[in-house]
Amino acid sequence: MNRLAIPKTYKLYIGGTFPRSESGRVYEVLSHKGDFLANAAQGSRKDARDAVVAARSALGGWAGATAYNRGQVLYRIAELLEGRRAQFIDEIMSCEGVNAAVASGQVDEAIDRWVWYAGWADKYLQVAGNANPVSGPFFNLSVPEPAGVVAIIAPQGNESLLGLVSAIAPALVAGNTVVVVANENAPLSAISLGEVLATSDVPGGVVNILTGSPAEIAPWLASHADVNALDLVGAGDLDWVELQISAADTLKRVLPPESGADAAAPALSRILAFTELKTVWHTKAVL
Amino acid sequence: MTSSPLATYQPDQRALALIGGEATDANLRRYLHGIPGIDAVGLEARAADLGTRSIKTSSKRWAIDTIIGLIDLTTLEGADTPGKVRSLVAKALVPDPGDPGCPRVAAVCVYGDMVGAAVTALGSLHAAGATEGVNVAAVATAFPSGRAALAIKLADVRDAVTAGADEIDMVIDRGAFLAGRFGQVYDEIVAVKEACRRADGSLAHLKVILETGELNTYDNVRRASWLAILAGGDFIKTSTGKVAPAATLPVTLSMLEVVRDWHRLTGVRIGVKPAGGIRTSKDAIKYLVTVAETVGEEWLTPHLFRFGASSLLNDVLLQRQKMTTGHYSGPDYVTID
Repeated sequence: MNRLAIPKTYKLYIGGTFPRSESGRVYEVLSHKGDFLANAAQGSRKDARDAVVAARSALGGWAGATAYNRGQVLYRIAELLEGRRAQFIDEIMSCEGVNAAVASGQVDEAIDRWVWYAGWADKYLQVAGNANPVSGPFFNLSVPEPAGVVAIIAPQGNESLLGLVSAIAPALVAGNTVVVVANENAPLSAISLGEVLATSDVPGGVVNILTGSPAEIAPWLASHADVNALDLVGAGDLDWVELQISAADTLKRVLPPESGADAAAPALSRILAFTELKTVWHTKAVL
Repeated sequence: MTSSPLATYQPDQRALALIGGEATDANLRRYLHGIPGIDAVGLEARAADLGTRSIKTSSKRWAIDTIIGLIDLTTLEGADTPGKVRSLVAKALVPDPGDPGCPRVAAVCVYGDMVGAAVTALGSLHAAGATEGVNVAAVATAFPSGRAALAIKLADVRDAVTAGADEIDMVIDRGAFLAGRFGQVYDEIVAVKEACRRADGSLAHLKVILETGELNTYDNVRRASWLAILAGGDFIKTSTGKVAPAATLPVTLSMLEVVRDWHRLTGVRIGVKPAGGIRTSKDAIKYLVTVAETVGEEWLTPHLFRFGASSLLNDVLLQRQKMTTGHYSGPDYVTID
């Protein structure tokens, strides 16, 4: 007697909740062999708009949290990822057609990378900030501050979980909030990460995950006046020059597409890409 | 519908003819309690249904400009300063500095002591009741509670009218209304209306705030609407904005129905002003639909319909910028209020 499987229809992750796409659309997620795996929500431009609103309203709390607290919250996500290893491995195997060893290697690397970035939360300021010498009785301090709302097109190739983690973790470290368009063909890792985030200590709205077509959603995020930075790391197959041009209209910080094995490799520069350097002058103590 | 004999009466006689005698507590109670009750479930279902209309792009464009032209841009804070009123007036005149085609709002709404500052700031663009420019509305009668002696309330009104207010937003005495002293509420509205008279004999426009959040039932809202209209209010307004819940769609719908019935009865058009709690263009468009479907599109003019709002304007401007530029705008591109 065969049990009837329950085909899942996943939703988006916006503002800490799991809404359906306002368009009501879904698309089929297929395994590498072409078998049906699940339905994923096909996000629309209005979902992207809602996600930006959620990210904007979460920004004050996340950017205002202490660096130490942000590091703790990010580290806690790594703990939760560890607890769900089996699920991630299973999804990666069916989506990407790799064997258990490769999938488990990818999950391990994603968790390690997350921990690596979490550690930077209360350290990057010391490395990137500076006390500048000036010719007067002033303290002159430069400190990096979060850029704001960062829109990310997640890497679209293999290694769906590692690519996603490599793209969103550095933006979160500095206190930015994120709207990410997941890997279109292999969105299950992103959906499961959303479920991890929902049960973690990350405030709702700090990470917003849209599934669907990057080609459809990316232009709206690139031109959105309330988005402060744009990471095109997974936009190599899109008309990314056009995206950069429309991002320039509102002076966004933009990272270009990357491909290959070391795409979005862990680096301090990825954290600093989404910060603004603020310099303050302050008189030295009056004696 | 103007064949009704009521249409032939003088305005002040009309109410008395309808009530069937002097405006005493007993006569008003008999009349107001004789009005059929409201089917609350039906009213809310109707309002929810009107809120589901799909508005297509060209209609939305029209709706957004119409909404801007119907806004009473409001600042009613204890911390209001002449400078804040000046910046409010600047925003009322040029809501979107990046787009000269953006219409002006209908009026600015301030406390009585700020009327002078608003009039000065408006200068030659003070509409003073005309269609061009921006009007000045003042809240009066011990706003928002209305808990003061009648003489003080009337002095409050005269003060604002003398300072140049074109519209007076008065609050009714909810305590008296809920205690059933309808005659007192009626007489106060009549007295305030008289206090709206300027030196040249003309009258400032009178908006009567029912504060529906404190009236508890839709039946009371309907009775208070009738009472305010019978007593001579030019506008009935939902709320002060200081009490939650403020304006809701069902409450506004029930008030619009009274206005519709009054128009059928007498041929006179009374205005409606939902105020408080309307923050998004989406909400505001629902109100436009409700007005058009209940009393008709001819009510969508500043003389007959207003939004009392402050943050609504920013959201409407963001929508307007989206429609003009084709990409989403953000709060960095409108003023911080």
